[in-house]
Amino acid sequence: MKKILLTLFLGAFVAFGQQEGLSVTGNVESTFQYLNEDTLIGAKQPAEKAVLNNYALVNFTYKNFKAGTRFESYLPHLLGYPDRYSGSGIGYRYAGYSTEQLDFTVGNFYEQFGNGMIFRSYEQRQLGIDNCMDGLNLRFRPVPGFEIKTVYGRMRYSFTNGGLVNDPGIVRGFDGYIDLANFYNLLAESKFKLGFGGSFISKYQKANHAQYYMPQNVGSYGGRIDMKYSKFFMNAEYIIKENDPSVDNGFIYNNGHAAYVNVGYTQKGLGVILYAKSIDNMSFRTDPNAILTDLNINFNPALTKSHTENLAATLYPYATQPVGEVAFQADVFYKIPKETKIGGKYGTEINVNFATSYRPVRHVSEQHGIDLADSSRVVYKTGLFEKSDSLYYRDINIEIKRTLNKKWKVGAKYFHFNFNNNVNVVSKDAHGMIACHIGVIDVQYKINKKHSIRMELQGLWTNGDSSLVSRGSGSNTSSYYVVNQRDKGDWFTFLLEYNISPKFYFAVMDQYNYGNPVESKRVHYLIGTAGYIFGSSRISVLYGKQREGIFCIGGVCRTVPATNGLTITFTTSF
Amino acid sequence: MKKLFILPLTAIALFAFSPSTNDVIEPGKKLPAVNIKDMAGNPINTAEVTNDGNPIVISFWATWCKPCKLELNTIAEEYDVWQEETGVKLIAVSVDDQKTTNTVEPVVNAAGWEYDIWMDPNGDFKRALGVNFVPHTFLLDGEGNIVYSHNNFVPGDEEVLYEHVKEVSVK
Repeated sequence: MKKILLTLFLGAFVAFGQQEGLSVTGNVESTFQYLNEDTLIGAKQPAEKAVLNNYALVNFTYKNFKAGTRFESYLPHLLGYPDRYSGSGIGYRYAGYSTEQLDFTVGNFYEQFGNGMIFRSYEQRQLGIDNCMDGLNLRFRPVPGFEIKTVYGRMRYSFTNGGLVNDPGIVRGFDGYIDLANFYNLLAESKFKLGFGGSFISKYQKANHAQYYMPQNVGSYGGRIDMKYSKFFMNAEYIIKENDPSVDNGFIYNNGHAAYVNVGYTQKGLGVILYAKSIDNMSFRTDPNAILTDLNINFNPALTKSHTENLAATLYPYATQPVGEVAFQADVFYKIPKETKIGGKYGTEINVNFATSYRPVRHVSEQHGIDLADSSRVVYKTGLFEKSDSLYYRDINIEIKRTLNKKWKVGAKYFHFNFNNNVNVVSKDAHGMIACHIGVIDVQYKINKKHSIRMELQGLWTNGDSSLVSRGSGSNTSSYYVVNQRDKGDWFTFLLEYNISPKFYFAVMDQYNYGNPVESKRVHYLIGTAGYIFGSSRISVLYGKQREGIFCIGGVCRTVPATNGLTITFTTSF
Repeated sequence: MKKLFILPLTAIALFAFSPSTNDVIEPGKKLPAVNIKDMAGNPINTAEVTNDGNPIVISFWATWCKPCKLELNTIAEEYDVWQEETGVKLIAVSVDDQKTTNTVEPVVNAAGWEYDIWMDPNGDFKRALGVNFVPHTFLLDGEGNIVYSHNNFVPGDEEVLYEHVKEVSVK
């Protein structure tokens, strides 16, 4: 019955399509993989041998009305997606009304409050993340510079047997923000700009635990402020989450906090930003037993640069520790002006970035009011930005880019990572702190109006101790690492791209683990790819071996399995 | 249940082979109305953007996206000439999420881009326009019709874009 109604509904819109003012937009994405078994790199072939994910999003707007739907199919799902994803059907649908003052959406919606540390629902398809809300979303702007947003609904957990599956928990809340530059033009003429807001989110969960009393409603609240004076700016947000026992925190009853501050200066040719963040016990999910990337109500942005270079991005990516961390970052962007001696004819861009993260201090003694024997299950105390000496992550990187002339562009980049693999586990081979250097050289040559070549050379070298210890005797001897800061050893990546504007690209990439301490693991991960672009559509074909690893976009990461085979992707938007 | 498959598959086939996926989109299609903000925090209704009857380029990008920055840097070298010859205005729409959204202004200023910058951290405008990946560039004629779109950037694409800009310029 539902499907018939939907067809009628879509039919009605298409019929309206003949009329003035109706706009239809959307996109299609389809990914097909044929997979080979490859025991050397641990790539598995599913029973079906081939896998296919499809998405088609269609949005209709007519005057102030809007509606849309997304079809999804997993036949079966790509490797790396949760196994519960299956079938074909509708995974997202909404209808609403939108004016300058009011946005009203019923059904599925994505929304974010402030920096997202209290609430963010979003889709990151490449990572298999979609915590879309299903309910009611209002955005109300009674006067310019003042906005109130409310959310009320359930959160997407899965797409199973062709149907959307929401978690039974309910998420509701509101957010208000006043921007004084636009609010009755209070600061319209001033160099000083000020905006501030507050958020509240509450979840209702039907949770039971054999041993502990579980709260059914958990609240979280906080405020934020944005200031600007001439070329200086400052943004800050502070969120408190009330007791929320969960698998993530070991069913403790501590409150959690998230604090975020950045200050910066920006002018033509120069940008400087300093960041600080303090997180404690801020995992916040609609189901206290949820794990991995499931059912997150909030989003804790990692204070690191989003690296895109093959080795830096895939081997040692850092994700926020929602259980607790104190992190700092500094980012400097500078352009040596063009037509100068050092800057050259076109100028030279420099970016220096430093990011670091530590474990917070946790006071567990009686003098801090903690009694582990009492029934409160408040098991430690910690303060804002109270960091210990225990390092989680440190990343220093510098990038220089220069356009030499109309034909040549060159870039060089250096990274140094210290990566605590015991906390943020990215490798099964490493123990303790991994230290590595990475160098990247990037050269681009424009042959003529349409043809260009780009080449990248990358090297990664780990250093530090690796102590192999043997135990047992005779045929029962087994070896294991007590410390292995060298992890998989040294790597080399070579990338060559040939582009024919505006329709074609071809590329080969070889990622070679030439320095692996284990000789049989010195594997070439060789990939060839080609693409055809026609307007807003693209078909790409990729063949080769991809290593297992962590795939990250914007600081959110997911483990992807090793694959060996053919991938064909088609995307279009209309 | 099985019938339900047929629908998306047919849709894909239709879009793959329909002429509308060619570079030039049939006229009459306009920007959907979405309420977002510009880099200074001023409210923007995307449907109401105008440029005194001159063309507008809308380029979706992110601070972490290398080809996006290559596209915007490449156009920046020619932007004075483009503006003088055709009156075109480029609006760069950042899809950076909260992890990197605060770096947008320093990145833009350091690069010295003279573009209008819009912020789309929640992806509302991106979804409404059906953008899959960045970089994705749209061209609007003087009446606001979307006349060209391209989802990629390699060197030379800026010249194809500029050919289209000149076609719709009334200057």
